[in-house]
Amino acid sequence: MMASSYSAKDEDGHITVSGPGGGTLRNKKPENTAFKQQRLPAWQPILTAGTVLPAFFIIGLIFIPIGIGLYVTSNNIKEFEIDYTGDDTSSPCYNCAKNFSWNNTKSCTCTIPFQLDQPYESNVFMYYGLSNFYQNHRRYVKSRDDSQLNGNIDSLKKPSKECEPYASIDNKPIAPCGAIANSMFNDTLTLFYNDPNGTSVPIPLTSTGIAWWTDKHVKFRNPVGTNSNLTAVFQGTVKPVNWHRPVYELDTDPENNGFINEDFIVWMRTAALPTFRKLYRIIQKKNTMAPTLPRGNYTLVVDYNYPVRSFEGRKRMILSTISWMGGKNPFLGIAYITVGSVCFFLGVVLLVIHHKYGNRNNSANISN
Amino acid sequence: LSSSIENHRTLGSRTIYVGHRPCPANEVFIPPKFCDNRIVSSKYTVWNFLPKNLFEQFRRIANFYFLIIFLVQVIVDTPTSPVTSGLPLFFVITVTAIKQGYEDWLRHKADNEVNKYRVTVLEDGRRIQKESEKIKVGDVLEVEEDETFPCDLILLQSSRDDGTCFVTTASLDGESNHKTHYTVPDTERDVESLNATIECEQPQPDLYKSLGPENLLLKGATLKNTQSICGKSIIAFFTGTILKMGKTILSKALVCTTLKYVWQSKPGQDEPWYNEKTLKEKETNLYLNMFTDFLSFMVLFNFIIPVSMYVTVEMQKFLGSFFISWDKDFFDSEIEEGALVNTSDLNEELGQVEYVFTDKTGTLTQNNMEFIECCIDGHQYKYRDASSEVDGFCVTDGPMNTVQQKAGREREELFLRALCLCHTVQVKEGFIASSPDEIALVQGAMRYGFTFLGLESKTMKILNRTNDVEMYELLHVLNFDPVRRRMSVIVRSISGETLLFCKGADSSIFPRVKQEEVEKIRMHVERNATDGYRTLCVAYKHLTAEEYDQVDSGLREARLALQDREEKLMAVYNQVETGMNLIGATAVEDRLQEEAAETMEALQGAGIKVWVLTGDKMETAKSTCYACRLFKRNTELLELTVRTLESPGKRREDRLHDLLLEYHKKTVQDAPPAKTRVASQDYGFIVDGATLSMVLNSSSENNLHDYKDLFLQICQNCTSVLCCRMAPLQKAQIVKMVKNSKGSPITLSIGDGANDVSMILEAHVGIGIKGKEGRQAVRNSDYAIPKLKHLKKLLLGHGHLYYVRIAHLVQYFFYKNLCFILPQFLYQFFCGCSQQPLYDAAYLTMYNICFTSMPILAYSLFEQHISIEMLLENATLYRQIGKNAMLRWGPFLYWTLLGVFHGLVFFFGVWFLFSNPALQDNGQAFGNWSYGTIVFTILVFTVTLKLALDTRHWTWINHFVIWGSLAFYVFFSFFWGGVIWPFLRQQRLYFVFANMLSSVSAWLVIIVLILLSLLPEILYVVLRKPRGPYARQKLVQSSAGGIQSPRSSARPLLMRTFSDESNTVS
Repeated sequence: MMASSYSAKDEDGHITVSGPGGGTLRNKKPENTAFKQQRLPAWQPILTAGTVLPAFFIIGLIFIPIGIGLYVTSNNIKEFEIDYTGDDTSSPCYNCAKNFSWNNTKSCTCTIPFQLDQPYESNVFMYYGLSNFYQNHRRYVKSRDDSQLNGNIDSLKKPSKECEPYASIDNKPIAPCGAIANSMFNDTLTLFYNDPNGTSVPIPLTSTGIAWWTDKHVKFRNPVGTNSNLTAVFQGTVKPVNWHRPVYELDTDPENNGFINEDFIVWMRTAALPTFRKLYRIIQKKNTMAPTLPRGNYTLVVDYNYPVRSFEGRKRMILSTISWMGGKNPFLGIAYITVGSVCFFLGVVLLVIHHKYGNRNNSANISN
Repeated sequence: LSSSIENHRTLGSRTIYVGHRPCPANEVFIPPKFCDNRIVSSKYTVWNFLPKNLFEQFRRIANFYFLIIFLVQVIVDTPTSPVTSGLPLFFVITVTAIKQGYEDWLRHKADNEVNKYRVTVLEDGRRIQKESEKIKVGDVLEVEEDETFPCDLILLQSSRDDGTCFVTTASLDGESNHKTHYTVPDTERDVESLNATIECEQPQPDLYKSLGPENLLLKGATLKNTQSICGKSIIAFFTGTILKMGKTILSKALVCTTLKYVWQSKPGQDEPWYNEKTLKEKETNLYLNMFTDFLSFMVLFNFIIPVSMYVTVEMQKFLGSFFISWDKDFFDSEIEEGALVNTSDLNEELGQVEYVFTDKTGTLTQNNMEFIECCIDGHQYKYRDASSEVDGFCVTDGPMNTVQQKAGREREELFLRALCLCHTVQVKEGFIASSPDEIALVQGAMRYGFTFLGLESKTMKILNRTNDVEMYELLHVLNFDPVRRRMSVIVRSISGETLLFCKGADSSIFPRVKQEEVEKIRMHVERNATDGYRTLCVAYKHLTAEEYDQVDSGLREARLALQDREEKLMAVYNQVETGMNLIGATAVEDRLQEEAAETMEALQGAGIKVWVLTGDKMETAKSTCYACRLFKRNTELLELTVRTLESPGKRREDRLHDLLLEYHKKTVQDAPPAKTRVASQDYGFIVDGATLSMVLNSSSENNLHDYKDLFLQICQNCTSVLCCRMAPLQKAQIVKMVKNSKGSPITLSIGDGANDVSMILEAHVGIGIKGKEGRQAVRNSDYAIPKLKHLKKLLLGHGHLYYVRIAHLVQYFFYKNLCFILPQFLYQFFCGCSQQPLYDAAYLTMYNICFTSMPILAYSLFEQHISIEMLLENATLYRQIGKNAMLRWGPFLYWTLLGVFHGLVFFFGVWFLFSNPALQDNGQAFGNWSYGTIVFTILVFTVTLKLALDTRHWTWINHFVIWGSLAFYVFFSFFWGGVIWPFLRQQRLYFVFANMLSSVSAWLVIIVLILLSLLPEILYVVLRKPRGPYARQKLVQSSAGGIQSPRSSARPLLMRTFSDESNTVS
């Protein structure tokens, strides 16, 4: 009783393991849409010497003037820089630097005379510069508590672990906590103009407007307690180890005291590179016709509190005017002139190529 | 039974007890152990799914790598949070697991359907319904008509009187004709009480050997669902690049760690007073510290191989495959189906195919024989429908009353009677025969008025033209065999005439007929053969009574011989089949699939080698190859078959050796070097299954172990290769051999039947044709298409585009992450090698997920650097991307250099700017996060614009996504920096972006650096060889005219036939 026909009918009963395109075994006729048939209307640009050529010339023609403008602008910016690290015996700050100790209660003062060859018109910006100071070290960058700085009471009492080892002393929270705050730059720089008639006139330095507006007004907030008195709010916290004064005594002006002290805010914006400058003071232009800083002799008086010798760092004071593009930096001008010239040059090269071999290329591509 | 089987007793044989009743003769009965009849194609069970799947997933090097990174992030204090790599990894693993789980569930269902199939088992005289999986070796089964054999069987009893059954082996070898099988002799007794043992060989892959015993019935090939996992070239590139990048990361991390400790060794650097370590950090071991630092660096640089690339590639493949199933060109109105994509992992492999292995029956041909024409005494008769073109051959009032009627009526009728009598066709609701050709011939004769009515107790009945029934007594059938290549019948007519009719291949008939008749016919036969028709010659012979008696006794004697029966029979056959009269020849067409020839020509034009692997006879297969223009008129055929091995006085092995060396000399050694291909001779190679197994198995016996090598080299130097009489597993063997040959070329198998499954599974890309022969091939394929002609667009169109797309995708990903991470690396030199990230964590995470992922995804889905029409028209374009052209060293180096250049420009451009960080017009200074944000902004814009430069096909989606991404970046940056986020520990980016935009210098530097970065790219695009579609076309034309041999354009087959006809006939 061996019946006998092998048929493949059985196969149809099986389910096909279908991939993404499968869906069902018997799919319907595919829709004839431009998308599904890969026939979407498309723009097919082709870059050829002919089309790129004008672009190169235009770029060249725009970039070179901009570059020249930038370069000139940068050159017109007046900048004066003085290194007062004091590692050299001849330096006025040598003694202060050499005798530095964290235990010194009295600050060491040194005076550095200098001369401006040119008058500084308009506002003059006073920077302090540090070298070989790794504000961008990972351990350093993360050693802060932004929520504490934003005025959060809980964080004030219990700083984040990121602040270690500058989070607390003897179970008392440090405010502001962290390595950044702890190492805040605390040299005091003052300027005197030595009048030709012999008197030394102090130059008024504005200490506001040096930090980002949003930092000063939103990101950094003093904690608001029941008491409007800052001293009371910071009750129960201790000052950072290396500070001379607690945070609520940074300035007498209540709008520039505590966490919203602008010197502090500027310091808290960590620098990108180990050599950096930070805005310290602004010398506002007076309403008279006289330049802000006339030509002549000046004295820089430094309250030397900030040690840098241990890590071979350097300290500088910089006086600079500012243009629309910021401080003095010839790089942008040079970059623009270079790129502009390169483009222009390539434009010329392409023009030659285009003229010599262009006809062939053209016939190949124009039809598209 | 016993005598024939005992001869086979070898070491590897197995003994089976029929009905589980041991032979009493056996001294000891050891219950033999055989495996059960269950089919398991599923991979997992409920219990082992999770561990097994996870294990398999993490065996992929990329997943494992990401797992390690994630673990490092969890354990070690690293600059970025573990979430950045953990979340995407978790996502990828989960999605993959769900997908694989679902697919396995489907496989379980399919398995169960087969395993739970009810079969009838005879046990102790009772019929018992059993599930198919519970069949044991030795069970006696009862199979009804039209049922599938649930396992391999031995035919013990049949319901037919003559103890035969008809079987189609469509799912084994693709031949859908009926094969006759006989019951085992001496089992006429009641099967229920049968007591027998069977000794047989161990299972073996050579189908034709085991098909030999005519009473063995084979079960449909057991299929294992082992689909290839992923595209080879991309995976190789993936792995290669991941390893390369891994090395880069390692070396970068090593450099940084070393530098860090060098830097720290200077006094006051490691721990200046302003930056003291915590107590814990101080206490940890120096070496442990070094190791953690090393790991931290690795985590920091690991973004160079983002998990997202993995996700993007998977997405591209998944979404990209929709375009194949959506393509309306693949839709076949006959079966109302389009293409089916079973695996989306192989889209790009379609653009890399070097070898195509195609099945013949049902794939190249429709397996639908049709009688085309015949020639009687040198006069051509062509049958035409009345509707067809009216010419001299048109038949209106009866087929033979034509103008061209030149042969005598008697000769015509003799010829038609020969067609009607000389065959082994059975009549049963139409004709059934072991060869479709015979059916076509009988049907052809029917159209001319002679109808075969059937065979009844040795009497053949024919309805002739005048509607009379003619009776012939069938005396002997001299069966067809491949060596003789002809068959004959001896019949006796009513009038007592004894006639021998013989039909066979021209080469075997011509020497046996009167020579003067040959020439008239030969011309026709040759022309028909070149047209791709299957030709047969028909001859007859009168036998006198004495002659017949002699033949009759000779045949009877030979049939009864116990030894050398085959040879003795052959001798008698040869003796009888001589001195015949040639009547005519027939031409039967195995109709080719639509556009088969055009498709094959396009594939060859694309530099793809086409191999035909078929279970069919050599002659048939050869004529098909001619018809699809795989072999051309000027192709020199090298044959390595049983026939060419038959050589007097020589052992087959020696002959094989000689032939191999000869062919090798011809094709490999004497071939002109590749450059001067112009005039080189086209070779076609023909090999059959038996010879192939000799070649492949020779290694162990002989010291001539290089047969396989020789063989492969010959094959690779031939334009087309034809392998006939292949068992399914031999097909797979061939594919495997080529796949593993030097340079491991990408192989593609295409077939429609279950017999092709093994080669479909073996090849890199398996394509199933939704043909008539069941769904096995489709189910096991990677892609299924309704017709062979669709292969052209699948490879030349879709394959090409997908390859370009994904190659670009992968390269671009490495490029964009190289210039993403390089500034990060450089920054370490300026921050005391402290692993400080340059970019904010949000940017690090979002870069690959949001800011730069969509444009490349859109590119990799929609790009058409050359339009599909152009790709289809110019098959040679396919050669340009061959051998993984876009992922080789050259392009990879280019992308790497570009990435390095961009990274350097970004970092140092901004570095120069930051030599004075007072960048605002109010004198305020920028910090490290501004630095990172400026670099990042330049990065995002440059990388996106670079892609814009590469995009040749801008659809609205590309526009939307490219400009949208940039807009999103700006929007996100504002948003991210505009709010004090309560969940963040540090508000690093608070208003950093807005402040950056308020600085003119930042704007200027961003613009100039983007332009500077893109300049070389623009120059490269402008100055490289013209690559516009039209320029390409020119290139193609020039090369086609010059270097490459011009391929004959695809003319319609019919036109060609006529023009060639005029060549030969006139």
